[in-house]
Amino acid sequence: MSVLVGKGTRVVTQGITGSTGQFHTRACREYGTQMVAGVTPGKGGTDFEGIPIYDSVGEARRATGCDASVIYVPPAGAADAILEAADAGLELVICITEGIPVLDMVRVKRFLQGRKTRLIGPNCPGVITPGECKIGIMPGYIHTPGRIGVVSRSGTLTYEAVHQLTGLGIGQSTCIGIGGDPVNGTGFIEALELFNADPGTDGVMMIGEIGGTAEEAAADYVKREMKKPVAAFIAGQTAPKGKRMGHAGAIISGGKGTAADKIAALQAAGIRVAATPADLGVTMKAALAG
Amino acid sequence: MPWKAHSRGERSDMNIHEFQAKEVLARYGVPTLRRAVATTAAEAGAATAQIDPSGAGPWVVKAQIHAGGRGKGGGVKLVKSAAEAESFAGSILGKPLVTHQTGPQGRIVRRVLVEQGCRIERELYLGLTLDRATGVVTAIASAEGGVEIEEVAAHSPEKILREAIAPEFGCQAYQGRKLAKSLGLPSASLNKFAKFLCALYDAYVATDASLVEINPLVLTKDGDLIALDAKMGFDDNALFRHADIRELRDPEEEDPRERQAQEFDLSYIALDGTIGCMVNGAGLAMATMDIIKHAGGEPANFLDVGGGADAKKVAAAFRIILADPSVKAVLINIFGGIMRCDVLATGVVQAATEMKLTVPVVCRLEGTNVEIGRKILADSGLNIITAADMADAAQKVVAASTGSAR
Repeated sequence: MSVLVGKGTRVVTQGITGSTGQFHTRACREYGTQMVAGVTPGKGGTDFEGIPIYDSVGEARRATGCDASVIYVPPAGAADAILEAADAGLELVICITEGIPVLDMVRVKRFLQGRKTRLIGPNCPGVITPGECKIGIMPGYIHTPGRIGVVSRSGTLTYEAVHQLTGLGIGQSTCIGIGGDPVNGTGFIEALELFNADPGTDGVMMIGEIGGTAEEAAADYVKREMKKPVAAFIAGQTAPKGKRMGHAGAIISGGKGTAADKIAALQAAGIRVAATPADLGVTMKAALAG
Repeated sequence: MPWKAHSRGERSDMNIHEFQAKEVLARYGVPTLRRAVATTAAEAGAATAQIDPSGAGPWVVKAQIHAGGRGKGGGVKLVKSAAEAESFAGSILGKPLVTHQTGPQGRIVRRVLVEQGCRIERELYLGLTLDRATGVVTAIASAEGGVEIEEVAAHSPEKILREAIAPEFGCQAYQGRKLAKSLGLPSASLNKFAKFLCALYDAYVATDASLVEINPLVLTKDGDLIALDAKMGFDDNALFRHADIRELRDPEEEDPRERQAQEFDLSYIALDGTIGCMVNGAGLAMATMDIIKHAGGEPANFLDVGGGADAKKVAAAFRIILADPSVKAVLINIFGGIMRCDVLATGVVQAATEMKLTVPVVCRLEGTNVEIGRKILADSGLNIITAADMADAAQKVVAASTGSAR
């Protein structure tokens, strides 16, 4: 078992004719993912290494029955690509693109409200169910099938966590990169809910960062609802204070958002927090042992 | 991703000067006072007549630097004559101004803003920024303007008012009236405040701002609402569609190394330590700084080379790190996903060979094409210390930076 993606997931790549889209579509197919279609407006009727390309997501869905999309469209057009995928009724949209204007995402988030489409990202590595389905840019070989869910705001730090887990013989059920942007689709709480309900997941490794209050809210959820052990790490414990978004940004988060605040909230919820990024795997192991 | 690298958590969006912010805001109907910018004392004196031909005054002369606390730092003065404006401008232009935000070295004042004076009845605070928790732009207001808003939030959080603005409808007049009423403004000012707020929101959205702060927003004795000060920051990710805003960038206000990094689309923040860091990914870069401190060292910088860096970009990053004279050792920590380890290694070897490496370099490589990357480093003949994992890398680089081990 796993969450979000598995053997049966059929994926369309939006932005398949760009070099990034091509490189990773190929890598995901080699991993075993069913890459069934591509979309680039204006290139419909052609193909990429045998994968048919359509002008729109709607056409791709009708022709191939794809249910998930991965987006490599450059920032200026990425928000529109998300909206198009939602309009076509896809259940899962994973947006890898980094650098989308914040106000574009503010509108996207509002557009998605009340629709069945779940957005992962943007600015994320994607989602992988080891051994079954890889959608995104993460190096596949570091993962191993197993029973720990991973959810993270950071791309390369997720790889670090997975690498350490695999090194300790702890496999992963599904790894979800929720992305580091201020406005994103799926958050920590929704990811934790998925893992909490998944019979194939025994515990969760959560990787957060300074900024915002998503980790504090997640800690609150864990305290109230989580039936499985959670281990965590917060990056940016030593980041300097000077570079910040003015005073209003600090006010809006109610003075929260520092690493110390987040760690205190996580620990108060019974979550084991790794002291350094070298202890991610062992902290998860300790959390599993109780 | 190949197109953009930027830091997270602690975002460093593009800032502009007060006089520029007022120009931008005035374009969208935010009320401001008559003003002129001067780069010399003589210009400042002449500006008074230009602003107020009657010569009655008073005027306010304000130093233009990218930092708050200018008033307390001695960079703002109310003047009663052209001669006084000229003499005050002359006393601050070309000299560093120290405020609580500039650090002890201060910032050189290159321009002053000369502005018409006004009779102040009340000072308020009004800001707009993104509320990350709800994902919408939110107005923040306080009846205590002209002071540090964070202090107000700390001692009396109930005095901070918020109003979320729905992205699909934009700012509505009733929202302005509601805030105005809560701020205790007189009935005659309610509609003026609503217009002010909506103009501010229009400017925010139209320019892809990340922050607008009016502190203080003043109610004059004549019943007008005026932006007496203005601060704006912009979403770096949206600058591609705002050529006019890009032109407002003031390179003099930026750290030269950060500016150089920007040219190569690298995310770099200069710090005070001795260990240079080159990492891919903002989260891993922050975590690397954390583990260096944990091992007893101090990072000299934050540097995220981004996902899709090529050898040229890696070499540029390495040069920026090595150009910092306080760097005593360098830690390279790469977990290749999109970034291939062989590309990283090629860039490092290229830059290190060019620059005649004089400080020890510790390198931890993992991920895509890691074996080829390690071989390139090993065959280069350069003195590069390899590390097995992050803990090992941190210990080795701290030891190397203090010369206690090689």
